[in-house]
Amino acid sequence: MRIHLPRTLDEALEIKATDPEAVPLAGGTDLMVLLNFDRLRPAAMLEVSRLPELRAWRRENGTFFLGAGVTYSRIVSSLTEFKPLVEASRSVGSPQIRNRATIGGNLGTASPAGDALPVLAAYDAEIVLIKAGGTTRTLPWHQFLVGPKRNALAPDELILGVRWTVTRGPGSFSKIGTRNAMVIAVAGLCLVMDEGQRQLRVALGSVGPTILRAPDAEAFASKALTGAGAWEDPRAVVPPRVLEEFGERVAAAARPIDDVRGTAAYRRHACNVLGRRALAWALEDRKLRG
Amino acid sequence: MIIRLKVNGEWRQADVWPGASLLHVLREHLGLVGSKNACEQGECGSCSVWLDGDLVCSCLVLAAQAHEREVQTVESLAEGPRLHPVQEAFLEAGAVQCGFCTPGLIVAVADLLEHDPAPSELTIREALAGNLCRCTGYAKIIDAVKLAAQKLGNP
Repeated sequence: MRIHLPRTLDEALEIKATDPEAVPLAGGTDLMVLLNFDRLRPAAMLEVSRLPELRAWRRENGTFFLGAGVTYSRIVSSLTEFKPLVEASRSVGSPQIRNRATIGGNLGTASPAGDALPVLAAYDAEIVLIKAGGTTRTLPWHQFLVGPKRNALAPDELILGVRWTVTRGPGSFSKIGTRNAMVIAVAGLCLVMDEGQRQLRVALGSVGPTILRAPDAEAFASKALTGAGAWEDPRAVVPPRVLEEFGERVAAAARPIDDVRGTAAYRRHACNVLGRRALAWALEDRKLRG
Repeated sequence: MIIRLKVNGEWRQADVWPGASLLHVLREHLGLVGSKNACEQGECGSCSVWLDGDLVCSCLVLAAQAHEREVQTVESLAEGPRLHPVQEAFLEAGAVQCGFCTPGLIVAVADLLEHDPAPSELTIREALAGNLCRCTGYAKIIDAVKLAAQKLGNP
């Protein structure tokens, strides 16, 4: 097994160009398990956890760029303005896992259960890929996550980071599992209320082959909030029936399967409950903020 | 491949299989068997160490990733026969039964108290969520953390 330990991104990209078999390794929370259990024997590995270019974040003209190598611990401690992302990050594994696991790892593994992924989908994030020479390619999240544990990364590329438009308004991430920690979600949901666009966005994890949005539920709720006058007036009463129907429509967007962690029927029910609660929290949050 | 790392303040070197974990190198090459090997998938926390000051599961770190870096293991805590206050607290509170999870918990608790000298019970529970113990039922471990916080607060 060839091990590459580049010191800079440029060096890493050169290596990826000449040795495209090299599997990028950051926090190891997925890959090391496969290695320890003899399920994976890559010909080469490329250490990326210390590349300074991947560990950065910055505001760029109304958008936010988050480097692929930023760990969940750093997101929790430093990016508090992005509440749903912080909530998802805090629900990842344990302190030991969060100190190593990265947003790039969630994207690289592309598991439908990656906790940060529903947040990126609800943010309408785009994934920035880079190759030798510094050429970048940007894909919307749904063109990057193409199937269960499959993404659109080319062999000579690395994931540089993600970028999303910063919006105003409440939002949350919630998930269902057997414990409050160290759990692979049975169902996960991120809801974002974009007050500027007057649009509600909701994304689901662990209930389909990849991350799913619920466009029908989103359009229904956005319109219902308009009808209730809730976009202008945070104190406007939104009929309970709207919350119920929103939950039902969120559940209808799920494409779950039965597996060891839960049945399809349970997952669908979970989506209904998570969706209804998330919308209620968002409305409550706006009331409290006036 | 040759790995060189600073372990508990001392530069060490080992010739290891490139796919080996840091845990494997610590235990099998460097003779530091305090960090325990149990789940090998980051679930149990028995192999917790500090990597450049961050609490991590050493089973999930490729040994090569620790090349030229600093690792601190549970062996670094006691000074000769004098136990670290967290270790004393675990003994006094009866938080050790079979003892297999103890080194990982000691490291995780020392890390917690370094960042939060007076944690609430909820904070303690969240901080130790990645360390499994199959004997104690955790109550005495929580007691030990509170006792350790007292000891560290009033040495």
